Amino acid sequence: MLQYLVKRLLGLIPTLLIVGVLVFMFVHLLPGDPARLAAGPDATPATVALVRQDLGLDKPLPEQFMRFAGGVLRGDFGRSLRTKRPVSTEIADRFMPTLWLTVAAMAWSVTFGMIIGTLSAVWRNRWPDRLGMTLAVSGISFPAFALGMLLMQIFSVQLRWLPTVGADSWRHYILPSLTLGAAVAAIMARFTRSSFVEILQDDYIRTARAKGLSETVVVVKHGLRNALIPVVTMMGLQFGFLLGGSIVVEVVFNWPGMGRLLIDAVDMRDYPVIQGLVLLFSLEFILINLIVDLLYAVINPTIRYR
Amino acid sequence: MTAATAAMVPTAAVRTPWSEFWRKFKRQHVAVIAGVFVLLLVALAILAPWIVPYDAENFFDYDSLNATPSWKHWFGVDPLGRDILSRLLMGARISLTAGFVSVAVGAVVGTVLGLVAGYREGWWDRIIMRLCDVLFAFPGILLAIGIVAILGGGMVNVIIAVAIFSIPTFARLVRGNTLSLKHLTYVEAARSVGASDWTIVLRHIFPGTIAAVVVYFSLRIGTSIITAASLSFIGLGAQPPTPEWGAMLNEARSDMMTSPHVAIFPSLAIFFTVLAFNLLGDGLRDALDPKIDRR
Repeated sequence: MLQYLVKRLLGLIPTLLIVGVLVFMFVHLLPGDPARLAAGPDATPATVALVRQDLGLDKPLPEQFMRFAGGVLRGDFGRSLRTKRPVSTEIADRFMPTLWLTVAAMAWSVTFGMIIGTLSAVWRNRWPDRLGMTLAVSGISFPAFALGMLLMQIFSVQLRWLPTVGADSWRHYILPSLTLGAAVAAIMARFTRSSFVEILQDDYIRTARAKGLSETVVVVKHGLRNALIPVVTMMGLQFGFLLGGSIVVEVVFNWPGMGRLLIDAVDMRDYPVIQGLVLLFSLEFILINLIVDLLYAVINPTIRYR
Repeated sequence: MTAATAAMVPTAAVRTPWSEFWRKFKRQHVAVIAGVFVLLLVALAILAPWIVPYDAENFFDYDSLNATPSWKHWFGVDPLGRDILSRLLMGARISLTAGFVSVAVGAVVGTVLGLVAGYREGWWDRIIMRLCDVLFAFPGILLAIGIVAILGGGMVNVIIAVAIFSIPTFARLVRGNTLSLKHLTYVEAARSVGASDWTIVLRHIFPGTIAAVVVYFSLRIGTSIITAASLSFIGLGAQPPTPEWGAMLNEARSDMMTSPHVAIFPSLAIFFTVLAFNLLGDGLRDALDPKIDRR
C-alpha cells in the first residue's frame, strides 16, 4: 500500500508542474502588458516601469517562473490588484463558505443518489426504477443556475421559508446545497443503478440467493460492497464537478465564497487573484482524485498490484 | 439479377451494422421521441429568422411591458417590451450552434489524438495522455472561465473554451477503444498483408471507435449547452441584448419578484433541449452497446 502511495505521489509531480507552468503563463497570455495592468489604466510610463521591476516582470521567463513557484510554495500568490491585500488572505476569507457548501452538497447528493440508484436497480424496469431514472435524467438536464433561481423564487420569495442570499446560518445553506447537489445526485443515481444491475446478475449473488438469504441481505451485504467500487471513483470525479459548479451557484445566491471571488476577479482583470484561485481549485481537484484512487485501492486490493 | 434471386434472400437475414442499430434504436420509444424533438428544434432554429413573430432584439412593445403569456405574445413580454418567444427562437440558434460546434471540434481533435495515442503508444501516448491529465486537472467550467479570461468574453470564445475542455474526454475514450481494437485478429490480419499504418487506423480501427464517439457526442452536447449558458449567465459569454438563453436568464434575475415568467421560459428551453440530447444519448448508447440486448 505504501509503495502504491509513493508511486501515485511521484506520478503527480509532472501534472503539478505543467499545471503550475500553465497558471504562471496565464499572466503572459493575457492581452496587453501585465505591468500596465497591475499599475492601473492611468499610470505614467515611469510608474509602469517601476511596477514591472517590482513584480520582476523584466527578468527572463525561467527566472520569473522560479520566483512564482517559490512564492506559491510559501503560500505567497502576490497581492490583489483591486484591494491590494495579499491574495492568500483574500482566498482564506472565502475558503470555508465554499468548502462547507461543497461538503453539504456532496453529503446529501451522494446519499440520495445511491439510495435512488439502489432502489432503481432492485426494482429494475418497474415503477420505482422509472420514477428514479426520470428524476435522474431531469436532474442532469436542469441547469444549476435556473434551478437555483426557481428554488429561491418558490421557497424564499413566495413561501418565505428560507433566506435568499448570504451565508450566515445553516438555513442559508439549504437552497444553495440543494441546487449544487442536484446534478450530482442524478449522476450518482444513474451510475449506482448501472453498477448494481451488473452486480446483481453475478454468480455469487445467485449463490447467496440460493442459500436462502433474504433479498435485503443479498442486496445490502453482498451487492452493495461490490457495487460501491466504481461508485467511489465516480464520487471523486463529481467532487471536482461540484467545485466548478459552486462558481455558478455562488453567483446565483450571492455566496461569499471562492467562486464569486473568481468571477469578480475575472470581471476586474485582477489576475493575481485569478491565478491563485485557479491553482487552488486544480490542486484541490488533483488531491481529491488522489484520495479517491487510494480509497479505491483500499476497497479493491487487486488495483495495488498492477 | 432477377426478381427471383432477390426474393431468395430473406430480408430479415441481412444484418448490416446500420440495420442492427436501427432495429434496436427504434425500440427505444423515449429516445426516438427525443430524436424527433431535436430535429424539430434544429429546424426551428434554422428557420427562426423567418418565423419569429417579432424582431428579437429591436422590437419593443411598450404597451405590454412584463405582460404574461397571451395570444399576441405566446410566452409573454420581458420588462423591456421584447417578445419572449421570438427571443427564445433566436436564442435556439445560438445555443444549438454553441453546443454542436464546440463538441464537434472537441470530438474531432480528441478522436485524432486518441487514435494517435492508442495506436503509436510510447512517447506519443505519454505526452498526449499527460496533456489530457492536465486538462482534467481543472474542473470543467473553471477551465472555460480561465480561457475566457485570457481570450475575453463573447460567444465565440465560449465555444473555443468548451471545445478545449471536451477534447480530453474524447481522447481518452478513443484511445481506450484503439488499444483494445488494435490487437484484434482482423487488425493483425490487415497488418500481415502489408496494409500501411494509415490504412489500418482509418479503415480498420477508426470505424470501431465511432459508436462510442457518437454516444458521447450526444451526451456532451447537453453538457456543453449548459456550460455555454452558464458562462453567459455569469456574464462571461453572450452579452445583452443577445437573446442567448443563459444571458436572458441573467437579465431576468433582477425582475424575478415581479415577473417570474421572464425567467421560466428560458429555463424550460434549456431544460427541454438538454433533456432531449441526454435521452437521445442514452438511447444511442443502449442501441450501440453490444453488451445490452440479446434477450
